Parts: sequence; structure tokens; C-alpha cells
Amino acid sequence: MAEVKLFRSWSSSFALRIVWALKLKGVPYDTIFEDLSSKSSLLLQYNPIHKKVPVLVHNGKSIVESLVILEYIEETWKQNPLLPEDPHDRATARFWAQFGDDKVFPPVLDVLRNEGKEQEEGIVKAKESLKYLEEELKGKKFFGGEKIGFADIALGWLAHHENVFEEVTGITLIAEDEFPLLSEWRKTFPDAPVIKENWPPRDKLVTKFQAIREQALVQKLKMAEK
Amino acid sequence: MSGETVELLGHWASPSALRVKWTLKLKEIEYEYVEEDLANKSPLHLEYNPVHKKIPVLVHGGKPLAESLVILEYLDETWKRNPILPDDPYERAQARFWARFVDDKCAPSILSAFTKKGEEKEKAGKEARENLKILESGLGKKQFFGGESIGFVDIAAGWIGLWARMVEEIADVNIIDTETMPLLDAWFRRVLQVPILKECLPPQDRLLEHNKGFYKNLTGGSS
Repeated sequence: MAEVKLFRSWSSSFALRIVWALKLKGVPYDTIFEDLSSKSSLLLQYNPIHKKVPVLVHNGKSIVESLVILEYIEETWKQNPLLPEDPHDRATARFWAQFGDDKVFPPVLDVLRNEGKEQEEGIVKAKESLKYLEEELKGKKFFGGEKIGFADIALGWLAHHENVFEEVTGITLIAEDEFPLLSEWRKTFPDAPVIKENWPPRDKLVTKFQAIREQALVQKLKMAEK
Repeated sequence: MSGETVELLGHWASPSALRVKWTLKLKEIEYEYVEEDLANKSPLHLEYNPVHKKIPVLVHGGKPLAESLVILEYLDETWKRNPILPDDPYERAQARFWARFVDDKCAPSILSAFTKKGEEKEKAGKEARENLKILESGLGKKQFFGGESIGFVDIAAGWIGLWARMVEEIADVNIIDTETMPLLDAWFRRVLQVPILKECLPPQDRLLEHNKGFYKNLTGGSS
């Protein structure tokens, strides 16, 4: 069997997508954990352009960028497909995956890393985007329909990491009364086989993101003082 | 399924719409083009793309799709003639990587170089050139990113050859450096000469005026 290696960090939600995809398809692989504050020469060799995780190495060739890796995995290992068959449905799944990265993640991160006016703006933008996701879940259990699909995997961080952000900031973005379907999905998705066995430890994430928030706020103060 | 009507909602000066036009042309797909007045978005457009309210939107058999790279993949999967993505999964991953690199890195830095002033403009220009230099590494010595003939990345990146030169002229900042990126520079010229692509290009003098106007509104200055 060809060798599959995954470079990841313990906390990266992007790398987690690849863990899920490989495990859902039953693809055996080796994990190399990276300390992102001190990147290995191997990681830099395999991802010279972006120098980030995740990196998938298959047959000695590296593939980077999590959504690109997901497509590669889907095309290389055909069991348990993550994308539907119909081209329009496939395009829709791709659209929402990209939407998460472009329109949901950045404002959510802004809420984590800011306070005051900038945080308020982040909250507004995040909720605007979340409304579209809520709409997309109408009549569906998962974004993929009856079972987990490409978009669920791409958006999966909303069911865990985002939860942690809410605890750290004290700000609830996905409230049950405002986003009933998303709230439900946030309970169902983490409970699914494979998904539930692979979350990074929550308390460690809380500590990590607390530190990130503090550091970001201190930096903003420093810049304001200049 | 491929027998149903195809509509493209676009704008004549949009590089993203151009990508879709190029692909439709390459695959010989018959379609109806609807020019969107972006200042006054039609109810049709808002209905079809409520999420981004942007063009291009492809409507096939009444079902809309947005985001140019998503549309390109859809077209490739639905119409098999003249494929734009290769067969091999690794090669496909490479193509997707470079297309995303154009959107995530090249385009924003080029836009920054266009809209910023002074030191910030120079910094953005430098970043844009660095990103294009990296893009060149994806091309290497090939004729096109797609190899012997144009493919996904050529279609995704070709617009830069036209738009970047306009940014250079209007904003007085260097984006495409012939000396440091000779292969990419040659590719820009080559790809825009490909007949199918060339005939879809917007009229250049009109585009220049349009972008000059854009520049004036954005920066409050003239070139």
C-alpha cells in the first residue's frame, strides 16, 4: 500500500478536516505533529510556499491547502464519497466550503482577537454569514444531506473550535433561538462516528485561544500607543 | 442535462466573468449572456446570488451557481469536451492550488497596489511581484500551465496579463517584472493571443477608461 503521511498540529481545525476525511474513508496514514512555532525542515520542504499545515504526502508528493487536499483524497480513494454525484450538488458543496473559509472564519477570528468597535463589527459580519448557513441547512440533517459531506467537514470547526472561542470571549455567536438549525447541527455533527473520536482536547484549546486573544489585544494596545 | 439552457450573468469589465466566458467558449457551450449593471443590480441577479450579490452567476436549467472557480469545475464536470482539468488527481490538485493562489494571494496584492498610495503602494507592488514570481514556479518551462494547451490555471490567471498592465499604467507601480519573471511574462503574452481567449477580451481602451474611473473613485486622485 502506498505511503500516506499527514503533517498537522494538534489544534489546527484545517488539519482536522484531513484527519476526518482519511478516517471516514478508512485510509491508513502516519501522522507527523508539527510545532508551528518551530517548523520542521521537512514541513518547509513539503510546503515551501505557505509553510503551513496540513500537508498530505502521498507517494512522496506533497499536496497542500486543506480544501485542495480534500478533493485529492476524494478522487484518489473512492470509497465513502464526501461529494455527491450530481454536478450541481457538488458545486453547491464546494461553494459552502469556500464560503466558510472566506466569509465565516475571518469575522469569527476578528471577534476572538478584538474588543470594542472592531469586535462589534466582527459579530455583525459573522452573524450575516451564519444566517446563510442556517438557510442552507433547511430540511437537512447535515450540509451533505442525510450524511456528512464535504461542506460539513469544511465547516466542522464551527462545532468545536468556535465553541471554544465563545467561551474565551464570552460572546455567543450561534445562539439557539437565533440559529436553531445550526445549533442542532453543532450537536449532531460532533456526535457522528469518526468525528467524535478526533476532537483536539477542549481544555487545551481554551488555554491556547485565551492566550491568542490576550496577545492580540496587547498588540492592538501597543499599536494604538504609537 | 447538458441540453438545458445556460445563462451567464456577468459584467464586461469583470475578470471573474471572463474566466467563465473563456471556459464556455472553449467547451463550445451555447449560452445566453446577461450584462449586469452592478450599480443597479437586477432582481434576477439578487435572486440568483443572494449570498454574494456578485457576478458571475451561471444559471443552468434554472439552477444558479456562483463563484467563478466553482463554476469552472462545474462546467468541466458537466461538459466533457475540451477538459480544463487534467485526469490525474495529483495534477488536478496542483491546478486547484495555483488557481486558489491567484485568488488568495495574487489578486489581493494587485488590488492593494492599485488602491494604496505612497509607501503602502510600493510595499503592495513588491508583494504582488513576489506572488507572481511564485506563480511562475508553477509554470516552469511549459507553454501553458495546462501543458501543451490551456487549462484551469491559464483560465484562472490569464486576466492578470491584461489587468495588471492597466494597474501599472494607471497607478504607476510595477507588477509584472519582465526581468525577474521572464517565463511568466512570456506566458502572459502567449495566453492572451490564444484565439478563443483573445476574442472574448473586453475592448482595451474602454477597459482602461473604466479602470481609470474606478481609480479616481477609490483613491480620490488621478493617474
